[in-house]
Amino acid sequence: MSDVVEKTLTALPSLLSLDSQPGSAKLSSTSKLGNLIRGITELTSKHEEEKLIQQELASIKEQVSSPNTSMRQMKELMVRAIYCEMLGYEASFSYIHAIKLAQQGTALEKRVGYLAVSLFLNESHELLLLLVNTVLKDLQSTNLIEVCMALTVVSQMFPKDMIPAILPLVEEKLNHPKEIIRRKAVLALYKFYLIAPNQVQHIHNKFRKALCDKDPGVMTASLHIYAQMIQEKPEGYKDLAASFVAILKQVVGGKLPMDFNYHSVPAPWLQIQLLRILSLLGKNDQRYTSEIMYEVLDESLRRAEMNHNITYAILYECVKCIYTIHPKSDLLEKAAKCIGNFVLSPKINLKYLGLKALTYVVQQDPKLALQHQMTIIECLDHPDLIIKRETLELLFRITNAQNVTVIVEKMLDFLRISEDDYTTIDLVGKVAELAEKYPSECWFIETMNTVFSVGGDMMQPDIPNSFLKLLSEGFDSVEEDKKLRLFAVDSYVSLLQGEPDKLPQRFLQVISWVLGEYSYLKEELQPAAVLRLLAKLLDTKNTSSETKSWILMAMTKLCDGEAGVSVAQEVSETYSSSLDTVLRQRAHELQYLSQNPELRSKVLPRDAGLEVDSSLSFLDGFVSEALAAGAAPYKPPHQRQEELAQAKALSLEPYGLSLPISMSSCSIADRQSPTLLSISSGLSGDSTDLSLKGGSTTLKLDGVKRVWGKEGYLAQREPLEEAAAQVEVPSPLRSPSQTGEADNSHSQTPIPIPTPEPEQEKQQLASSLFVGLSSHSSVSLMGKSEPTPQRFRRKAKSPSSSLDASERISNSLVSSTSTVDNLLCDNLLDTSELAVPSPSLTSQLSQSLTTANGSFDVQLTESDVKGSSPTLVRDNGVAVPLSGLSHSEITPLCSDQSLDLSVCHVQKEEYLALVSCVCDSAVQELRSLGVAVCQYSLTVKRPSVHVEVVGMVSYQLPVGTHQSVQFSHKLPLTSFIRPLTVSTEEYGKMWLDFTNDTKQNLSLISDGQESLTATLNVLKKKLQLHVVEIIGVEGIVACRLHQDQPCLMHCRVHAGTLAVWLRSPVPDLPDCLIYHCQRALQEH
Amino acid sequence: MIKAILIFNNHGKPRLRTNNTLFTLFSLSNNLFFSHFLPETFHLVSKRDENVCNFLEGGMLIGGSDYKLIYRHYATLYFVFCVDSSESELGILDLIQVFVETLDKCFENVCELDLIFHVDKVHNILAEMVMGGMVLETNMNEIITQVDAQNKMEKSEAGIAGAPARAVSAVKNMNLPEMPRNINIGDISIKVPNLPSFK
Repeated sequence: MSDVVEKTLTALPSLLSLDSQPGSAKLSSTSKLGNLIRGITELTSKHEEEKLIQQELASIKEQVSSPNTSMRQMKELMVRAIYCEMLGYEASFSYIHAIKLAQQGTALEKRVGYLAVSLFLNESHELLLLLVNTVLKDLQSTNLIEVCMALTVVSQMFPKDMIPAILPLVEEKLNHPKEIIRRKAVLALYKFYLIAPNQVQHIHNKFRKALCDKDPGVMTASLHIYAQMIQEKPEGYKDLAASFVAILKQVVGGKLPMDFNYHSVPAPWLQIQLLRILSLLGKNDQRYTSEIMYEVLDESLRRAEMNHNITYAILYECVKCIYTIHPKSDLLEKAAKCIGNFVLSPKINLKYLGLKALTYVVQQDPKLALQHQMTIIECLDHPDLIIKRETLELLFRITNAQNVTVIVEKMLDFLRISEDDYTTIDLVGKVAELAEKYPSECWFIETMNTVFSVGGDMMQPDIPNSFLKLLSEGFDSVEEDKKLRLFAVDSYVSLLQGEPDKLPQRFLQVISWVLGEYSYLKEELQPAAVLRLLAKLLDTKNTSSETKSWILMAMTKLCDGEAGVSVAQEVSETYSSSLDTVLRQRAHELQYLSQNPELRSKVLPRDAGLEVDSSLSFLDGFVSEALAAGAAPYKPPHQRQEELAQAKALSLEPYGLSLPISMSSCSIADRQSPTLLSISSGLSGDSTDLSLKGGSTTLKLDGVKRVWGKEGYLAQREPLEEAAAQVEVPSPLRSPSQTGEADNSHSQTPIPIPTPEPEQEKQQLASSLFVGLSSHSSVSLMGKSEPTPQRFRRKAKSPSSSLDASERISNSLVSSTSTVDNLLCDNLLDTSELAVPSPSLTSQLSQSLTTANGSFDVQLTESDVKGSSPTLVRDNGVAVPLSGLSHSEITPLCSDQSLDLSVCHVQKEEYLALVSCVCDSAVQELRSLGVAVCQYSLTVKRPSVHVEVVGMVSYQLPVGTHQSVQFSHKLPLTSFIRPLTVSTEEYGKMWLDFTNDTKQNLSLISDGQESLTATLNVLKKKLQLHVVEIIGVEGIVACRLHQDQPCLMHCRVHAGTLAVWLRSPVPDLPDCLIYHCQRALQEH
Repeated sequence: MIKAILIFNNHGKPRLRTNNTLFTLFSLSNNLFFSHFLPETFHLVSKRDENVCNFLEGGMLIGGSDYKLIYRHYATLYFVFCVDSSESELGILDLIQVFVETLDKCFENVCELDLIFHVDKVHNILAEMVMGGMVLETNMNEIITQVDAQNKMEKSEAGIAGAPARAVSAVKNMNLPEMPRNINIGDISIKVPNLPSFK
């Protein structure tokens, strides 16, 4: 016994010394952290704190770099470094040591090391590369905790390039017996999917396995991946909808273990995630996917009645889902009730969400906003700015010609009290958008004045630009233009007479431009007086030099008469010695032009439209000289983009191409509504949106009812209203008074009857805010291509604006249907009813066709319906007049349970005939087939690289239900190109006449002698070009787009490449053609 | 996705922050974070009184994106989550609640000091809930099980050197000259079960 004691006693000192060393170090360092914290709390100034931390960092630095520091001490040091970093002091010297700690420490120290790394470094930090090996080692460790740590750090940050190194290991972890490891592995893979989708493409089936994992936690984790993938490509995962519904059903039904309950709600976060996925799947759905969701959505709505926060979260997702998927009326009703509960709730968070939901659904169901008008009015005066803003967003969505003044007034009120820059910019953009959409003289100018003075210099630069553009290009009537400008001049003069130095610079620039341009309209106003006002502005201290140059420009336009000249001279003398070169130049211009009235009237003609040579043909000489001198040729944007894409080895499909037309509308939409749920960005430039053009562009056929369009569920409308809308929409010349009457009569009805005094005011506000809401047609005035009220409709100015393009389509379509082919349409209906021989189904068929990206004429030339077997269709289906011509392969477009739609095209001399076959697929099984063949001739109005044809087939089953199928078909421009046979002389003549051109270097097919001939032959074969002549190293080629739209091509072999110069009278045609040439040569 | 998590006290002093994609996305350097993001967030959040909603639009703060700030205020601390549009607002609010409840269980009546002295532990708990911006686990018991498993290992490794625990308790009881103004160490201000459901 004593022996033992003795032994222990002798061993004790060494033990103590061993342990006391790290132990005491630890104690002291912890108390060092304690000291540090205490020290900081005692300090009074920021400066002292900084000094203290710097001291601390210096001591940490000294210790970490000393070789004697043990890993345990290192751990303590790292915690201190983390603390310093958290307070905002950089401890970059410790980064490398953190990595070392993660690498060498024991599990516990490792954890601190990893933590420090994940806090110190970001994803692109170069030191992260040093971590890869550590992670690799830990992933293979037998210690579960080390594996967990490694997976965590991987999902937080990992260098993209190193993913392949650890991917197999992470994949392996998907089969790990421990669920927590599997779960973390799934999330790590999701992270990989986010940063490098290509790398994990091969393991998609493993994701499916994770989705079916027996542990609900792993399944939940895999939902993150699916939500992401479905968002990117919903149509690829429609088959999973049933599984998600099944999962949700089980969760809602309480099949999960009790552990998953939160406040006795089963797995609420899982439910939320599933509902989100379902709404992604059911978005723009043709009904079949949505149908399987109805039951479980109903169940969720019913179960989520408990009065707890998290159930509201589920309800909100339910409601959003119901309004996103294909609608079902009784669910919609319940959802609307739910939204009502949210909006009316005294809890602010719920009110906020209710407003958000309202904003989301108000396009589909404006009546819902009407029901809650009083609540909305109350929210407008809510003390919480966030709520207020959300309300304005909602009002913005329901703006129409009648309530625009009131809504804009409310927005301006908010702007005046808003402090947040972002909100101001956003709202200013919206006000400007509304004002431009519904302009009416004085109100427009006044509103814009407020916008400019409130928005100040923060606003988007395109707001003043488009305002000036609107002012200079004017509207349809000259009288109105004059009045508008005169009013602007008036208001600006009086502003300048007031206190101009308080106005923002942008506004001053606008003012000076308008005064320079239009002050002559006001006859009693002396130019000299305006000059003096402007000169006063020049002397103001705050005026920036940019504004000064605007002012000098305006003065140059104005310096008329003796008094004017003397002011101008005075000013120009002051500024002709300015240090700013731009100002000095303007001053010299002013001086010179004020002395030469003749020259001035030539340089700055009054009231003359701008003529812009957009093809820049006057530069041709310069360009060819530069090219000859070896300059790099200009590359159009789409080619640059493509080259960029190739350089990055990304997808070769050129997204950016889908059109210069759509680009413009895109950029506008982005500015106008940066928020997520906005309509305009939703519709933006994407041209596949059929319903955008609404009733005006589709060929409406009698007796055909559209059931479901993107803007909402059409069946809900009363037939009468729908008919009215159809009649009204295509004519933009409807008088506003008429609309007013119609809408007033509607909006009177929902307002409750007599109320006490203070309520009266709100009632009044409500009626002015919600006027015109109940009639569907006026609400959709928000839509992009809808016509604005008649008087101020903009002129068709720039041919490239998408608005204009779509208007033109609608016109051409309307005329073609009304004048030419009503008969044919009827014909189609009749024959199809008669000729479809299937006994089970008499279908009423109709097709409507629109072209999506712009400008095509579609004519329904011929239709016939046949009952024949499928093989017959393949051989003989192409109708007789076309049978001699070659046709493309028959491509299936779309199908549903009773209908197959396929298409092929035939290249006729003057147009492209599109033949679409509608087969009755339900009957196909019975080998007797109902086939309808429709022909359309397509011609191109404005060239683009690809042409997309969008259409809809609606038909009626004998049971009486209406069905419709949408389809789209993409054709390259080359389908419309035909050879043009001309002689060399004719070619020479035409060459000089054409203005739109493009130059480009293409690669040659071979390096040999005959390379030019070989290349041109390829082009001839693939694009149907006509080779006019080949002379030495030069060749000329011609083609045409229809009869009258030729395009000429001049090729020259130069330094191993083919220098191509295209010219055409049609804008954009050369660009599009060069793109196809390039593709053709690449594919060769 | 949860882009960032931030905890600061009533005076705007940061108590915890994650280094998530937010900061790399907007190339928010450390300096920018402390000179702009943190004070602005604090300014926005602290001036809001009790009867307003718990959501803030990101706005200018984070580059005009669609990100939202969702925050809750407990005693002396503000918990701010910055999320994108793929997260449910109310869901996140309850996630914060779960987080705080978990902290409370792990630290036995959590207070601001626990967050100061155990930054690493708090981070570990958080890592079990939110991993790389994704919600990993929402079940409090499960989180605590995981954290405990790690702590067990810690104890077995630490052996005799269980000193930190003592040191911590010593620190907890030490007399801080200024802190008590906002934190009452003896009387714990966060009592989770009695939390009023927020407005």
